[in-house]
Amino acid sequence: MFGIDDDFIALPLRTLTDAALARAAQLGAEHADLRVMRTRQLVGSTRDGRVENSGSDEALAMAVRVVHDGSWGFAASDVLTAEEAVRLADRAVALARVSRPMATTPVVLAPEQVCGSVDSPARWVSDYDVDPWLLSDAERAAPLIAWSERLLALGADHVDASSQAVRENSYYADLGGTATLQQRLRIEPSLTAVMVDSTTGDFDSMATTAPPTARGWEYMTGTGWDWSAEIEQMPAWLREKLAAPSIEAGRYDLVIDPTNLWLTIHESVGHATELDRALGYEANYAGTSFATPDKLGTLQYGSPHMSVTGDRSTPHGLATVGWDVEGVPAQSWDIIRDGVLVGYQLDRAMAGASGVRSNGCSFADSGLHVPIQRMPNVSLAADERGGTTADLIAGVDNGLYVVGDKSWSIDMQRYNFQFTGQRFFRIKSGAIVGQVRDVAYQSNTIDFWNSLAARGGPSTYLLGGAFNCGKGQPGQVASVSHGAPSCLFTDVNILNTNEEAGR
Amino acid sequence: MSAPTPLAPHEIAERALASAGDGAAALVSVSSEADLRWANSMLTTNGERTSTTLTVLATAAVEGGTSLGQASGPVRSATDIEALVARARVTASNGTAAADAEPPISGGAAASDWREPAPMTSGDEFASLAPQLGEAFARGRADGVEHFGYAEHEIATTLLATSAGLRLRHVQPTARLELTAKSHSRTRSAWAGRAGRTMAGFSIPPLDDELRQGLTWQARSVDVPPGRHDTILSPSAVADMLVYLLWSSSARDAAEGRTVFSKPGGGTRVGDTLTAARLSLTSDPRDPELPSSPFVTSTWSSSMSSAFDLGLPLQPTSWITDGLLTSLVSTRHSAADLGVAATPMIDGLRLTHADGRGSLDDLVRRTERGLLVTCLWYIREVDPRTLLLTGLTRDGVYLVEGGEVVGSVGNYRFNVSPVDMLAQVRDASETAPTLPREWGDYFTRAAAPAALIEGFNLSTRSDAL
Repeated sequence: MFGIDDDFIALPLRTLTDAALARAAQLGAEHADLRVMRTRQLVGSTRDGRVENSGSDEALAMAVRVVHDGSWGFAASDVLTAEEAVRLADRAVALARVSRPMATTPVVLAPEQVCGSVDSPARWVSDYDVDPWLLSDAERAAPLIAWSERLLALGADHVDASSQAVRENSYYADLGGTATLQQRLRIEPSLTAVMVDSTTGDFDSMATTAPPTARGWEYMTGTGWDWSAEIEQMPAWLREKLAAPSIEAGRYDLVIDPTNLWLTIHESVGHATELDRALGYEANYAGTSFATPDKLGTLQYGSPHMSVTGDRSTPHGLATVGWDVEGVPAQSWDIIRDGVLVGYQLDRAMAGASGVRSNGCSFADSGLHVPIQRMPNVSLAADERGGTTADLIAGVDNGLYVVGDKSWSIDMQRYNFQFTGQRFFRIKSGAIVGQVRDVAYQSNTIDFWNSLAARGGPSTYLLGGAFNCGKGQPGQVASVSHGAPSCLFTDVNILNTNEEAGR
Repeated sequence: MSAPTPLAPHEIAERALASAGDGAAALVSVSSEADLRWANSMLTTNGERTSTTLTVLATAAVEGGTSLGQASGPVRSATDIEALVARARVTASNGTAAADAEPPISGGAAASDWREPAPMTSGDEFASLAPQLGEAFARGRADGVEHFGYAEHEIATTLLATSAGLRLRHVQPTARLELTAKSHSRTRSAWAGRAGRTMAGFSIPPLDDELRQGLTWQARSVDVPPGRHDTILSPSAVADMLVYLLWSSSARDAAEGRTVFSKPGGGTRVGDTLTAARLSLTSDPRDPELPSSPFVTSTWSSSMSSAFDLGLPLQPTSWITDGLLTSLVSTRHSAADLGVAATPMIDGLRLTHADGRGSLDDLVRRTERGLLVTCLWYIREVDPRTLLLTGLTRDGVYLVEGGEVVGSVGNYRFNVSPVDMLAQVRDASETAPTLPREWGDYFTRAAAPAALIEGFNLSTRSDAL
């Protein structure tokens, strides 16, 4: 178990806190918080086994956010001095005053318990075994090179590989007395093999289905993912895919593997149950949601097999924290229970407007960005008595087994989506008969989730996720995980992407 | 605003180089941003941000060639500079020979503005815009129109120094304004956007009129089932499709047989006719309407860029000339492999149709029957072999009959390749600067015509309003 980095704790956090919060209080702010955030990244990439990039970067900044006379004000800087903290408090209050005439409803933050203190901030560190920052560049390049060389030896024409490790330190203190210190690590490996038929010009790719995860370097060497087993099969899968018949467009039953389903959950459930979207705050950018608050408790979002939770506490979850960026402790709650919409993702302002407690979904990707409501880990529960993926396939007469995510797109109210995958296996009379090509599945969120006919058991459950979830203006990037079992959906619209392209 | 750091940007660059060894480069990025965001006709967030980042590229002679190390981070003191240089040097000396190694770009006299402080923006940039927004909100409250939107101003100052003597500086202002209006219990929705260099260049009343025109057109609904329809894409929608085409134009990937621009049996499709329409796609850092950095600033290597090209002068480049594919994006290294001149990525694009006439309104007036798309959203690649893209129409799709908008048809998911789309252009307006809505976070310098596309594949219906 590692502690919080000494060189982050050594920043003048107490001095900045005293300067900013005292100034904001003196200027009459009813709420003020100071946040310091440092993000370090290690990025390496190889192309056909040769190092293409090896680098590191860091961002460090602080922000002062106030509620003054019912209006928000925010100012941020990368200069960490007491004078700058005072200046940011001044600027934040000034911006709140400027905004007052354009803010019709006063901001009221939901009350929250006090955690830690400025003298002794509460601490939380994510769980990891091997700190990537303690390895040399050559040690970090080694797995990428080894994986690539093996895939090339097995017949791949080209291999792109990369790893991105992120280390996030954050400090938060507010006028209410809460002070927290946190450290989170996460890692995203990428690996894609390409084969080209030099006579026909046909080509295709096959990527690892290993999800990004909140772990250390141990993930690159076999903890949490069986790299060698997957890499040994990838070229054969890719060769089969290149030779596979093109799908006949129509309607099929789908067994969707969690390596694909996590992204469908992310787009059609995760984003749709963000309360800020449902209220219209993202209408110019990410969009709104069909799942408006008037439907809470009544909307039959999916079949009774569908139970979805939000949490910020799942081990190795990318949205897992000790506290959110408003000092709210990590929680777990129901979003969809037995198919019915029962919960939203909240921050303190939206919770305050509804007279409830925040469930801790306030997030900012940097000290320079204003916190907004972001997605927690949003996961679909497995069937405690469910069987294996093979059991689900055995029950399908005419269908497809979908593995790995690839292309994704969904509309601005979260109805119409279209996804592709890494591998689509044709199922006939309960058995897999080989891969098919040129497949996309397309549906409407409510139709799709109401066609959920069966779920696999806990043995099929996998925590997928992404590093690159975008939201907000200015744009902010968040990492988030989604757990799911293998699932059976009936009568889903399948497109042939060659026909879609007019071929 | 106070200075973002006690050291001047050029001092940071010079200090970094002093200890970085031969074959090194230092890139200093100073960013100053201010923004306003509103929703439900009230201001929701605002902010001012400044940051200074130093990126050090160090090289080392290793077995078989030259290795490269990159280190990037904030600069609060001379100690931070030393630490970044040390990190980059350790990475380089630890590394293996880079495939794209090339000699560093050399240079003579420093740019005349080398020692000038980085210009800063602030919330004051919105001084003329904020009252106009307030008036639009008030007008909307009076007649049931809700406003949503975003305004952002950034000044990005880049200084590049190399141990081969280069001293380059570029100041890039970017202004972006987006407005969404909704009415009738949010069953109607319209969007308008603009890109430029200053907020003072924007005026709200004409944009608000544009939004209200859309909301009025949506009073009448017409049922047009999904399918392949002749469709007028707005300049913003055309630009979004072409930005993705440019991002998919790696010469190296094409030569390796893995893109839509690969020739079966080997080589690239440069020289092929993509469309009979007299369309040209060009990029020019000195485009008077879309000026961008005149030298390479990418510190990263990929199939589209090489960190060794840092500082390489950028020339006007024609990607497509009168329908003919003439260039793909290349680095010095990939260009040498292919035996062509290097044509790196440029931060702007312009599509022109030699026979393009008039405005979008003129194009609508001479269209007998077709759909009119305001903008596109959530564009993603479905199949790299055809460069098939999927995405949604958003905030206004209209039926045009006899040269007039006759009603609103709801939204669709499209499945269309921008390469195929070029071959389906049947008519176009003149070219003008536009904001590509989907890619506006990354790419704002675009000029395009509105274009009538034959048989645009609006594949399925979207219920989104």
